[in-house]
Amino acid sequence: MSSVAEFQQSLSQSNTESTVTTPETFAETLAAVVDRPAVGAALPFEDVDLADAPVTLNPTPAQLREAKTGVTAAGLGVASLGTVAIQSRAAGDELVSIHPETHVVVVRERDLCPDLDAAFDWLEGRFDEGERSFVLATGASATGDMGALVEGVHGPEDVHVMVLADDE
Amino acid sequence: MSKPEGLDADAIRALLRSEGEGIKENTRHFNAERYDRIDEVGADTHEQYRSEARRIKEDAIDRLPELIERTREAVEANGGTVYVADDADDANRYVTEVVEGNGAESVVKSKSMTTEEIELNEALEAAGTDVWETDLGEFVVQVAEEAPSHIVGPSLHRSREDVTALFEREFDHDEPLDTAEKLTAFARDYLGERIEAADVGITGANFVLADSGSIALVTNEGNARKCASVPDTHVAVAGIEKIIPGIGDLHPFAELISRAATGQHIPQYLSILTPPVETPTVDFEAATDPNFGGNDADRDFHLVLIDNGRMAMREDDDLRETLYCIRCGACANSCGNFQSVGGHAFGGETYTGGIATGWEAGVESLDTAAEFNDLCTGCSRCVNACPVKIDIPWINTVVRDRVNRGTDPGFDDLLVDGLVPDEETAGTPLRKRFFGNFETAAKLGSATAPLSNAVASAGPVRGVMESLFGIDARRDLPTFERTTLRDWASARDAGDPVVDPRRRVALYPDVYTNYVQTDRGKAAVRVLEALGCEVVVPDVCGSGRAPLSQGMIATAEQKAASVCETLDPYVDRGYDVVVVEPSDLAMFDREYERLVDADDHATLSSNSFELLEYVYGLLENGADPSPLTAGGGDADGVAYHSHCQQRTLGLEPYTEAVLDRLGYDVLTSDVECCGMAGSFGYKTEFYELSMDVGERLADQFADAAENRTVVASGTSCMEQLDDLLGPTPRHPVELIDPAA
Repeated sequence: MSSVAEFQQSLSQSNTESTVTTPETFAETLAAVVDRPAVGAALPFEDVDLADAPVTLNPTPAQLREAKTGVTAAGLGVASLGTVAIQSRAAGDELVSIHPETHVVVVRERDLCPDLDAAFDWLEGRFDEGERSFVLATGASATGDMGALVEGVHGPEDVHVMVLADDE
Repeated sequence: MSKPEGLDADAIRALLRSEGEGIKENTRHFNAERYDRIDEVGADTHEQYRSEARRIKEDAIDRLPELIERTREAVEANGGTVYVADDADDANRYVTEVVEGNGAESVVKSKSMTTEEIELNEALEAAGTDVWETDLGEFVVQVAEEAPSHIVGPSLHRSREDVTALFEREFDHDEPLDTAEKLTAFARDYLGERIEAADVGITGANFVLADSGSIALVTNEGNARKCASVPDTHVAVAGIEKIIPGIGDLHPFAELISRAATGQHIPQYLSILTPPVETPTVDFEAATDPNFGGNDADRDFHLVLIDNGRMAMREDDDLRETLYCIRCGACANSCGNFQSVGGHAFGGETYTGGIATGWEAGVESLDTAAEFNDLCTGCSRCVNACPVKIDIPWINTVVRDRVNRGTDPGFDDLLVDGLVPDEETAGTPLRKRFFGNFETAAKLGSATAPLSNAVASAGPVRGVMESLFGIDARRDLPTFERTTLRDWASARDAGDPVVDPRRRVALYPDVYTNYVQTDRGKAAVRVLEALGCEVVVPDVCGSGRAPLSQGMIATAEQKAASVCETLDPYVDRGYDVVVVEPSDLAMFDREYERLVDADDHATLSSNSFELLEYVYGLLENGADPSPLTAGGGDADGVAYHSHCQQRTLGLEPYTEAVLDRLGYDVLTSDVECCGMAGSFGYKTEFYELSMDVGERLADQFADAAENRTVVASGTSCMEQLDDLLGPTPRHPVELIDPAA
């Protein structure tokens, strides 16, 4: 199983939708999965960006509160778990990924790793580079505290992962 | 009668009724999920992570003072502040000053048992600050003004209906809140407004990384992420024991913690934050200013590390292990008693479940731990559940011993001191000395049987026993045999010896097998002889299990030394020690490590075997099974309840395999414990709890017992099944006895 296929299978197990896209089809695909109004944090990638996307970057608190969707990058995807790494950056990834009810995550195929062991190797590398705040997020926010499992608590109720395929 | 406060039969009965249902459902769900996820990841892999995590914690606690300083340096280099608080007041004073210095009117918190421990909310509220718990479970107990009942699920004891009633009473809400979804949505919106308005966010920390000054938070709801990012001031409160060296050490814990806690491979959110973080703060008052309110407020971060007794625990050889605890709750979820009664009985001021004894003794007082310590039966089901391999039953035993020794001697002692041959100081409660010295009673009972049985079971005597020793009159007492197993075996020694034996066996005559359930001992001798072994039954004392279960460690040590002294020469002469009663084998294997010297422990541990484990080995090595009584396949159904300590040692598959091989159709129970646990089920205040735990086993066997023979490996389990199901259950060896 390729890592993309395994990643998608793990995502589906945590009730997370996923779409594989390419730099060429990215804008179109994103527009289709984003429920508006939407906010975003600029993507730290070279071949795609959110400039023409239907999302507001650096939003106002009101926009953050009203947004139905938040779009961020993930620096890492973990194939065995369907986990993504969201970095605490000045662009506000942490806020954009937690406040709206849907979180759309963009992760590059080349940034997929097999398992948590590899994810920690990656984290150690990031720490060495001075990047030291991440959340490893898996699926929607959830609680069992109200007597049954409910998805969508203080964080998103739905997560949609867009895997950006590497150039062949 | 010295009974701990708050744990009388009435209090337990009330909790069984009011909270038992929710606790039972939730803990058993978590527990089952834990088993499933560990199966998925693989037992060997899981074990590697446990070993690694244990090593990291041992090393970190060993180097704690150094790691605290490294944490301080790293956090300060990042631009944050570290405060090491000596105790609760010190910590509360500091946090209150931070909050007041910030001019904060309100604080939002994510779940933190450590802030529960220091009662931070009360301190902040006394200073005039509004405090909001944002974890839904914590919010429920905050609204209900009660203590958390579980380390991971604070409101685990409350059903959805309970929460609905609570919220509809406490909040003026238009719509009915009659589903978990509606309750969640209401709480999210209500608390969301408080998060937006808060000036300070307070979190705990599951781990602190010394090298980088980072904290790790293990969460599912997302509230901790908001508490740590929206306000410009973040205060993280953690016990000093949470520190590990660096990010490289976090991996095994990330693998273990959610599997152990809730049966998830990974939490929804594992936040690794190195504050002050780069995430912009959100100023909801500047609702229409771009860039999250445009405030360029500098983030302010305070890490409050709490000693509050932990450094003293670190110096305490028996309590130190408690500091390895990662607060996952697996010891609570895997505990038969906890599953029934929950943390409002099985817990102290803050902490709940098996490990709570260590925490409460360390951070509160021995008296606090004493209030619930007797709910630990030493069944050891938590031992393998614990992701950092803490010997929780041992901690409970040590605390029980200290509680015993701390009791003022009273009239009871004057009465009993001359009568019981134990090593205990005056002050150990009379009933504990009675149960701890059961061997003496058994000797006496056997020597005077059947009169002793008739007298003991007579109504007036049971009344005296109940008032004097707290032995519940609803329980049948063991019936002592006039002819002990040793008497019977000695009489047989004159018979034909086994010629050219396959193996030589010293069958350990534990107190029950020797004086009460002699039939299983006789069956064991016949089975072993039929498989070509020479069998002797040595003249040896009890293993010390009975006194140890009452916290009488000195007496247990004396018994252990005597057992080793008696059995070692047999081992030297090539005998294998075969044990019928699993709780005694567990003594040899596990507890003797702490009671006798290393050589004696190694000798006995490596040369002693559970009876059916031994039979399995004989059959595997070519012994002819034909003399044994075989089953007739599907028609010969067996309902088998292994024994909690036997399962901790991983020995129940041998019984299953032997019965299976001999043609019995085996159904095995999967409850953690039968609830009897030696003396526990006899004690008046615990009778109903014991029966409640037992009901789960009875339910599993209810239909099966109709047409299956019920067998159990342990004495207590047999007694419990007797009371629950009626027909006398037997030991598996009695099924395959050639004389059966």
